[in-house]
Parts: sequence; C-alpha cells; structure tokens
Amino acid sequence: MSAAAIPPEVRMRPRLALRGITKAYPGVVANDRIDLDVLPGEIHAVLGENGAGKSTLMKIIYGVVKPDAGTMQWEGQAVRIASPAQARRLGLGMVFQHFSLFETLTVAENIALALDAAEAGSGLPAKIRDVSRRYGLTLDPARLVHAMSVGERQRVEIVRCLLQAPRVLIMDEPTSVLTPQAVLRLFDTLRRLADEGCSILYISHKLDEIRALCHRATVLRAGRVTGECDPRRETAAALARMMIGAELPHPRHRPPVAGAPALVVDGLDLRPDDPFGTTLRSVSLTLRAGEIVGIAGVSGNGQRELLAALSGERRVARRNAVVLCGTAAGRLGAAQRRSLGLAFVPEERLGRGAVPEMSLADNALLTARHRGLVSHGLIRADAARSRAAEIIASWNVKTAGPEAAARSLSGGNLQKFIVGREILQGPRVLIAAQPTWGVDVGASAQIRQALIDLRDAGVAVLVVSEELEELIETCDRLAVIAQGRLSPARPVAETNAEEIGLLMAGSAATPERTAAARRP
Amino acid sequence: MRIALEARREASRAAILLAPLLATLATLVAGFVVFEALGKDPVAAFHAFFIRPLATRYGVGELLLKASPLMLIATGLAVGYRANVWNIGAEGQLTLGAIAGGGLALAAGDAQVPSALLLPAMIVAGALCGMAWAAIPAWLRTRFNANEILTSLMLVYVANLFLSWLIHGPWRDPDGYNFPQSKLFTDAALLPNLVSGTRLNAGLLIALAVVAIEWLFIRRSVWGFEMRVAGLAPAAAAYAGISSKRNVWLGMLAGGACAGIAGVNEAAGPIGQLLPTMSPGYGFAAIIVAFVGRLHPVGIVFASLLMSLLYLGGESAQVNLALPSAVTGLFQGTLLFFLLAADVLVNYRLRAVRARPAAR
Repeated sequence: MSAAAIPPEVRMRPRLALRGITKAYPGVVANDRIDLDVLPGEIHAVLGENGAGKSTLMKIIYGVVKPDAGTMQWEGQAVRIASPAQARRLGLGMVFQHFSLFETLTVAENIALALDAAEAGSGLPAKIRDVSRRYGLTLDPARLVHAMSVGERQRVEIVRCLLQAPRVLIMDEPTSVLTPQAVLRLFDTLRRLADEGCSILYISHKLDEIRALCHRATVLRAGRVTGECDPRRETAAALARMMIGAELPHPRHRPPVAGAPALVVDGLDLRPDDPFGTTLRSVSLTLRAGEIVGIAGVSGNGQRELLAALSGERRVARRNAVVLCGTAAGRLGAAQRRSLGLAFVPEERLGRGAVPEMSLADNALLTARHRGLVSHGLIRADAARSRAAEIIASWNVKTAGPEAAARSLSGGNLQKFIVGREILQGPRVLIAAQPTWGVDVGASAQIRQALIDLRDAGVAVLVVSEELEELIETCDRLAVIAQGRLSPARPVAETNAEEIGLLMAGSAATPERTAAARRP
Repeated sequence: MRIALEARREASRAAILLAPLLATLATLVAGFVVFEALGKDPVAAFHAFFIRPLATRYGVGELLLKASPLMLIATGLAVGYRANVWNIGAEGQLTLGAIAGGGLALAAGDAQVPSALLLPAMIVAGALCGMAWAAIPAWLRTRFNANEILTSLMLVYVANLFLSWLIHGPWRDPDGYNFPQSKLFTDAALLPNLVSGTRLNAGLLIALAVVAIEWLFIRRSVWGFEMRVAGLAPAAAAYAGISSKRNVWLGMLAGGACAGIAGVNEAAGPIGQLLPTMSPGYGFAAIIVAFVGRLHPVGIVFASLLMSLLYLGGESAQVNLALPSAVTGLFQGTLLFFLLAADVLVNYRLRAVRARPAAR
C-alpha cells in the first residue's frame, strides 16, 4: 500500500492496539500473531471467511477467551482483559451474532440484567427511550422480547451496549439476520455513532457492506492477517482475493426446463411444537421437476416448521397438504417420504444431518438404510464403507477415511459429505436448508454448482436460505417466508433485492417498510 | 498451576477400557477406608471379600450361578439403554417371569410332563410375561409420553406384592406348615446341572446365548444401528425417519423378556420353588452391570462376574467378619459412582494449566 493511501487519522493514537495475539485450539491455530489497531471514531472492518479466526479474535478482545500469547493496549496503556465485565468497565461493548435475551422478559428487564444495580433503577425505561430516539432505534421498553422480530432484538442488544456509552463497539456479523432495508437503518446508526467518536469493529464476510460502510479493513485468512486496506477504494474482487486467496467462482446457469410438479404444498396450516415457534398459515408452493425454487426470509419466520413438515419429521393432519411425486404424503413419516424420492440436507449438520460420534460409513448408512446397504435386516458393512469412500472421493472431502468420526470433520467438509450422501441416493426432490452456511467459499461454490447440475438433470430442488445473494445466484424462482406465510414464488429475473426485502420484513414491520420506501 | 479438563477431539479408546479398571481400583481404595473405619483389618476383609469366595470349585460355581441372571438381564436392558429407553423395572419383570414359569411348573405338578417339553414352555411363558409387564410402561410412554423410568419402577412394587399375595394365598404349599412358600417343583421342572459338586445350571448357557444374539444385533442388524443412532443423536434419528416408538417397544420388550427368563431360571434353578422374594435385587444390580460393561455384550459378561463376586464377597464378609449385609450394596453403589466419574476421561483429558498463559 502506498503512503498516499494512508488516511490522516492513522497518525492518531489508536484506542485499542493488539500485538502478536495468538490462540491455538487442539488441532487448529485460530489466531496467529495478529496485529490490529482501532482508531477513535473509525469503523474498522475485520474481514474473513468462516473459520478465518474473526470470532476468536473478538472474543479475546472482549475477555471471553484468553490468548496464548500477545499483548493488548487500551488508550496507550497495557491491559489484560480477563472477563467481559472488565471489558465493559473499560468501555468495550459487543453485540453478538446470536442474541442472549430472555424471551419471557420485557426489553427493559433484559437490559437491566446487564447493568449495575444503580443504573437499573426506575429511570431506566426513560433512558432506553432517550437512547433509542437519539440513534433512530425505535424500541418500546415495556414489550416482551418473544414477540419481537430478529431485527428488533438486535436493537435491544445495541441499545444495551449504548447505555454504557462504549468507546469501542464490536458488531459480530450483524446483518446476517436482517432484511436489506434494516441493514441500511443499522448503517445509519453506526455512522452516527462513529461521528460521535465511538470506534466500531465490524466483523463480516460480506464485501459490499464493508465497502459501503467501513473506513478501514483488516483481512484475516486461516488465522493470519493477510492484508489491510481502505475498502472504499478497493473493488469487491480485490477484497475477495485478499480474503480467500483466489477469485470468487461463479456458477454456470442454463435456462430452466421445468417439468411436472414434484412437490406440491397446498394450504398448509401447522401449529408449532415449540411455544416460541412460528405457526404456518396456509402455505402453498409448487415445485416442478427441473427447477430450483428458493425460499428467502429472516430465520425464525417459520422455516424450521415448514422444513419439518416437508421432510416428514413432523406429520401433517391433512394428507393432501403435502403431495410428493403424486402421492399424498402429509401423514407419512420421514422414511416413507424418502422412499418416494425425497432427499433432505438439514440446517444442523452435527446431531441432525450426521451422528457426531459415528463413523462416516455409519453416517452414509443413516439415510440410505433402504437403498442397497441392508439385506434381510442386516447391515452390509462393506457396502456402507465403499459408499462413504465414494462420497469422500467424488466430493473431495478432507478426512482420514470412511472410519473417521463425523465430528472430526470441519463444518464445510461435513456439509459436502452430507450433500454428497443425499445426492448419491438419486432423489427426485432435494430440499436443502442453509446449504452453504458456515462453509468456505470453495465448498460453497461446489455445493451450488451441484444443486444446479441436479436441476439440469431433472430433479426438483428447494433451497431455504438466509443468504439473499446465494438465492438470487442459484434459483429460478423465489418465494419469501415471513411470520409463517409464504409469498407466491416469482421468477428471479422479474424481482430484485429491494422487493424481496419488503416481503421479508412482512406486513407487521411497517416502520421498516416506510423507511425503505422513502429511500431512493 | 491447576488441573483443567480439556475436550478430546475423538473419544479415547484407551480410556474406554481403562475407566472401568480405574473405577474398580477406586472402589477398592474406598473399601479399604470403610473397613478401617469399621475397625476391621482391611487385608482380612479383602481376603474374605474377594479371595475366599473363589477358593473352591463350589465357590466358582456360585460365582457363575449368580453372574448368569445379571448377565442376562443387563444384556436385555442394554438394548433399550443404548437408545435412551430407560427400563428400571427389570426386578418386577423378573418377578412376573418367575410367576409365569413357576405357575406352569406347579400346574404340571406330578403329571409326568417330560422335562424337554416343560422347561422350554416355562421359559417361553416367563419371557412372555416379562414382556407383558414391560409392555405397560412402553405403551404408557408411546401413547401418553409418560416417563418410563417412573412407571417401570413403580410396577416393580406391584409385581412383588402380586407374588406375595399368590404365595400367601392360592399358591401356598398346603403341607408347608403355613410358611409363605409354594410346593417344591418336580425334577422335570428344574434346570439341568452343568458341573457336579456345584449348583451351576443350564441358565448360564441361556445367558451366554442371549449375549451372542445381542452382539449380532448391535453389530449387524439395521434395527440395532437405528437404536444406536437414536441414543447418540435423537434429532438425527428423527431426520433419518427412525421410529422412536419402535425403539421404545424394542428396548422395553427386550429387557422384559430377558428379565422374565432370568426369573424362570431362578425359580427352576437354585430356588426350586416360588418364595415371596425371588431375587436379591438382580434386576437393579443389572442396571449397574449394564453400565459398568459399557452396554457392550462382552463388557457385560465381565461386569456381571464382578458384580456376582461382590454379592458372594458380601455374604462371606457377613459370615466371617460379622460385617453388615449393607456392605454389598455399599460396594455396588461406590462402584457405579466411581465409574460415572471415570467416564469423564473418555471424552476429556486432564491437562496441567499454568496460572497465566497470556503473560508471555
């Protein structure tokens, strides 16, 4: 980087400085001699793929994890942060990717739990209203959390941090649960905070967001710093090269040749098992052979319930609510639906898609028990082992072999194994939930390409994902799920992120809708 | 410096084998302390407990005799335990098996039914009645989602009171001087002896055969595989379409059948009649045996021998050292306690941690 590219604020004293931070876990070095400077009032991106070590680094800064080596300076003074409480006292705030709110308590009660007794008194609701007004974070202190959308819950977390007047605010993948419109509102809030002098550490792997928001970026790859730059002056391709060490691959696409309906959902109503689950309301969907339909939506809007009803893990009272390959399948269990030609890649890999303690050979058997691996009720162990070996070879799964336990694989490799296992069964309908969540860019591209190849071979594919870009890239038609209702599926070419975002926000989230409508 | 537990990336095979040995050793150490506290010479106590019972051929026979029902019941229970189906009521299922088999033997009476017909019929009847008793908690669980731990345990007391009523009432031996006991079985209704000079009978062969079947079931059968999946990862079992109801039924019925057969073996073996109490708690001790044996057939064989030795040792210690009979129960409990503690080492390892690793 040339000297001219260095912005003037670099010459300021850093508010937070890390030197040589190293942290190793058994079998992996999560952080390898990392240096990082955070200046007052800057929005500093920490960019990297899943597993690059971003979250570990933030946990070290916030006192959750202790580093093996390295030093930390706060306002020029050497510090050792032993606990999140100490980090908060210094002036560090963190908004986690997964929120830690009690669903049965109100906003004010949740916030009071994180404060000292003196601050959590009767004046708190007024303070909450004050802060939320100042930063444009609409919030009613008396509301119960379980009735709130994910975006609103994130506001609670942010307000909770802001009440402590932090000087460094850490945001861990804050936009992964937000609609495109809510993302813009969040950015407004963060910019206002930065203008007031608060430093923001912004963790993400989304290049466009970082280019739009951040002043400076530190790029991590495999636990090391591989670059530092001004993201506003870099192209997305250049950032991607720094992040993954290669060009971003793009899948090939052919025009769809949709055939007969393979999966038809007709007016499905379903109450959830879980008291905080989402009720499905007259969900209808037709999935044809030879097309990929995507279901977009912020998680927690009924995806889990819909997928369980489609896979057969949850049976439906009305037989005709789910028709699979011409058979009314509402009351059939998961095994019976599989024998009709259904395959399913679930969101949770360990514990649902695979048994962690069992070998890959046993896990190959898991969903293929009625496909040639069993005769007369006895397992053909050799066949299961060679099936596993076949999946490992054709998907380039990095593992010791078919006898390795599923939990010894990395997330991306296990996902390739599960996707491979399901595809190898020759399904007529494949359902994939969050197929590339937490998977590195190379494996993601491989999985997306496989879904497209499957479609070209005449299989009906349904993808449920929170990653809008992924859906737009792979799908032929797109529907949106919000509060248990599914919008009609529209061809991807005839829609755009803005429109889908409005649908994702749902009818109840009117403030977001009007806010978005006012923007150009 | 302090000691910290660190998760292993894969379960340690060495620790799987070592944990039971470690637990046994710790139990012995605890026993040493207990004997010392009771004012007994620990060496003499250990000799009475662990050496004297095995010093004779008769003693070894007794060891195998008592190990047979433990092995049989634990093997049956392990089928369900592997799938998180917790049948705690084997003692009651044993009692029902004894009632069924014994009832058949008493009904045959002096009618000269050949042994080759009567004994198999008794065993089948015992297995069926044990299964029927276990079917009650299985049905309550699958129909009403009632916790099988509670229902199966409560049925133990129902079964024991039912046997007690039979022995004090309709089945009491009219020539028995009003003692609560049934008539003695005829020879045709008794299990053949295996080794002369001992009480060891064919019940051991039945137990070993069941162990072999179980080994095949878990290693090779797809149902055994499905039950293992259900125990390790219930969500994966639901995802793969494995029927949790079938697992409950299989687990409960396997435990009930084995306990029922064990009940017949007790009645038609060492006891030879029906008494108000048919077992010194085999149904409960088998739970410990199943876990000490890591729910594995071969492990269960060894664990049943160990538990049997604890029974014999307890009796021997009562006779020779005037120790209370509760010592047997104390040893069993201590062993299970240490075993569960040692289990931590299978998935974790101990690591010495220096106080401030971040300092350098």
